[in-house]
Amino acid sequence: MVLPGDGLIQLTPEGLYCPAADAWIDPWRPVSRALITHGHADHARPGCGEYWAVASGEGVLRQRLGAGIALTGVGYGQERRLGGALVSFHSAGHVLGSAQIRISAGGETWLVSGDYKRDADPSCAPFEPVTADVLITEATFGLPIYRWRPGRQVAAEILTWWREAPQRPSLLFAYAFGKAQRLLAELAALGVEEEVLLHGAVQTLMAPYRSEGVVLPPTRPLSELPRNASLAGRLVIAPPSAHRSAWMKRFVNPQTAFVSGWMAVRGARRRRGFERGFALSDHADWDGLLRSVRDCGARQVYVTHGNSDGLARYLREEQGLAAEPLGRAFEGQRGEEGELVAAVATAVTSPVAAS
Amino acid sequence: MQAFADLIQQLERSPGTKDRVAALAAHVQSVDGADGAWALALLLGKRRRRLITGRRLRQICLERSGLPEWLFDSCHAQVGDSAETIALLLPQLALPPAAPLELPLAEWMESRLPALAALEAEAQAQAVLMIWAALPDGQCFLFNKLLTGGFRVGVAAGLVIRALAQVSGLEEAELAHRLMGGFEPSPEAMQALLAPLEAGVAAPISRPYPFCLASPLETERLEATDPAGWQLEWKWDGIRAQLIRRNGQTFLWSRGEELINASFPELDRMAEGLPPGTVLDGELTVWPAEASQPAGFGPLQRRLGRQKPGAALLRECPAAFVAYDLLEQGGQDLRPEPLSQRRAALEDLLQGLPEAVSSPAAGLLRLSPVLPLGSWEELEALRQQARSVGAEGLMLKALDSAYGVGRRRGLWWKHKLEPMELDAVLLYAQAGSGRRANLYTDYTFGLWDGEGRLVTFAKAYSGLDDSEIAELDRWIRRHTTERFGPVRAVEPLQVFSLGFEGLQRSSRHRSGLAVRFPRILRWRRDRTPESADSLTSALALLEDPAVQR
Repeated sequence: MVLPGDGLIQLTPEGLYCPAADAWIDPWRPVSRALITHGHADHARPGCGEYWAVASGEGVLRQRLGAGIALTGVGYGQERRLGGALVSFHSAGHVLGSAQIRISAGGETWLVSGDYKRDADPSCAPFEPVTADVLITEATFGLPIYRWRPGRQVAAEILTWWREAPQRPSLLFAYAFGKAQRLLAELAALGVEEEVLLHGAVQTLMAPYRSEGVVLPPTRPLSELPRNASLAGRLVIAPPSAHRSAWMKRFVNPQTAFVSGWMAVRGARRRRGFERGFALSDHADWDGLLRSVRDCGARQVYVTHGNSDGLARYLREEQGLAAEPLGRAFEGQRGEEGELVAAVATAVTSPVAAS
Repeated sequence: MQAFADLIQQLERSPGTKDRVAALAAHVQSVDGADGAWALALLLGKRRRRLITGRRLRQICLERSGLPEWLFDSCHAQVGDSAETIALLLPQLALPPAAPLELPLAEWMESRLPALAALEAEAQAQAVLMIWAALPDGQCFLFNKLLTGGFRVGVAAGLVIRALAQVSGLEEAELAHRLMGGFEPSPEAMQALLAPLEAGVAAPISRPYPFCLASPLETERLEATDPAGWQLEWKWDGIRAQLIRRNGQTFLWSRGEELINASFPELDRMAEGLPPGTVLDGELTVWPAEASQPAGFGPLQRRLGRQKPGAALLRECPAAFVAYDLLEQGGQDLRPEPLSQRRAALEDLLQGLPEAVSSPAAGLLRLSPVLPLGSWEELEALRQQARSVGAEGLMLKALDSAYGVGRRRGLWWKHKLEPMELDAVLLYAQAGSGRRANLYTDYTFGLWDGEGRLVTFAKAYSGLDDSEIAELDRWIRRHTTERFGPVRAVEPLQVFSLGFEGLQRSSRHRSGLAVRFPRILRWRRDRTPESADSLTSALALLEDPAVQR
């Protein structure tokens, strides 16, 4: 399925394109003008002429795409004119500075959801319901088996897991941008005041979060600790790519856990080889997806990422909505959870060798 | 049941052997005999009776939730297990809150679950829904598993036995032996299992010994030893079995600990001629009396699982027990004796038997011959002859070794022939289950027919490493041409070398061929689909006398 050729937004080899604004949304290849929903590597790619994104996400974007990129920061809800179109960014609740992008022209309004979630997250602004005529939504976790418990509750379990192993280092694997900071913010909200150690890939993202005023416990790069310092009873957060890498050699008898929505399923937990899996996601669960489609009130829905076929069919057959998958073009573009790609990219480009 | 659910969770979370054994031991000690016995039976996989089909549970779930069937199937493809899929979908059922239900495992297994299975349609659905509503989170999955009989924990029997050894102070080998031939979960059975040797609890006369298992040959290790220290035999292509004659009764056990006397009446009769207190270890084959070699696995398959075979089948596919070890003689356990002595005793025993039992004319009980071996250099030539005598390779057993329990690396080696090989094209993929849930790991492959079409030929599951599986999974998702429920058709572009043990004509398969033990040997990224093998080349293998038995 492709978008109609005469629509406000079209699908080109570079990705979603709005001719009226002469801009691409989260393009896959370098283009002249890119509107970015958020900084994960499968959404924000280098090499574009100019970037438009939410101002609170600017720090992360400059760090990842280069300090010198031509970036226009926009506040949530501000309407900007681009060519013949009105463009606004609305909070998606996914990670710091994440947005749904709304574009109006010729009496029609489209909304590109980007990645989003409906659950509370102390590290970013909450999701804002936005109405539109046409919605392009993600469906990473588009199956009813996915139903999230509150992040605070999962964080409390993680805290218990950490506290119950005072003799061992507790190695928590989480996507470096977003999930790691959300966990830290939840731990702070649970009263954690002691220092948490970070892998280099996570460390590089702390400054943008702190400068945006997110309340976090004290953190320190693991690499700053003396080589022989005991890590027993310490919590260390690292990207999943560090699991079973040489980086893990310095830990004596660590306990390991992976925090991801995929961990809701037993087979996935067993396959990844972590001792524990905590199901926590920065994407909407099944109910969250259905609710968001409803809230948007769109007459036409297009579905990308994950179970796009399934969600579109459900909306069509069970809810009587005009819905189509934008499937395969997007499937090839995504990483494990989007974030996993981001985590790996960061691990490669940041100075983590020392940690 | 909470204690058992906690144990399962603990076992899943502890990667270390020590932690797992400790958790198992602590569980056996903390629960009462009835619950302990049930935990043991479930952990050892001795109880897998299906009380309600997964389909029925799914139906109850679907009716209540109103979810469309195809969506359930998508969920199942992602999860890989219906019991877990349903457990994950329970929030979608909007069940009314209920007071928590906590019952002992034994009560669930002995009365609650069977009672549930006996209920009729609507009453059953209501009862299941009430239990779903009342069970704590972690127990729904377990409940569904126990009900559908698919319960399996990723814990090796060896670990369970080690934990029991810790609890009882008994040797692991003794416990392994006591657990052979079935374990009826009851407090009495638990007590008998863990009873000290001095208590002298009598063993049931049917009880087989744990099988001694061989490991794939490590040539370097073998060649560092003296060939004179080894007994060399053919590796027969049948099924492993133990033939027991005690107290005027015969028990023929398969390696899977099933009693198969009824399927092999001629062997049952033959065993009447064995002296009391005899236990033979050997290979069950189909081997006509006048033939110089067994008839292959295909004919044997016709006999397996067939209770009370008819006269025609008995005539066409006559069974023979090929003996290679003597585990008990005159009621005495010979396993601690070295193989050299057991072998001598076996040969004496067979020579002394009446004609009707062991004569070549009867052909029912055969002695697996010992092959002469002067030096390691001769080994390869012998192995290459295996197919010509209807064997699938060689067995090497240390002459000075006692008969071990389970797999003891270094005492018994198996040295199989290279499997047959064909290059085939990936056509379909389906998600696996368990550890491979939501990964496309079950593959169907095709070969070219005479008209330039790819015809499905074999399914294979194993052979790729984790990174290859992940890579192929991504490729499959991006190259799907069609979906049939959980199955994806893919563009026919990827070539794989498949290995298999045997090939047979079959009218039930589209290719006209049935393959045995197909597996992936290599991902042939260097090959184009056009260069893959054809059905003609497969048929050539079938015709090749060097390949066929």
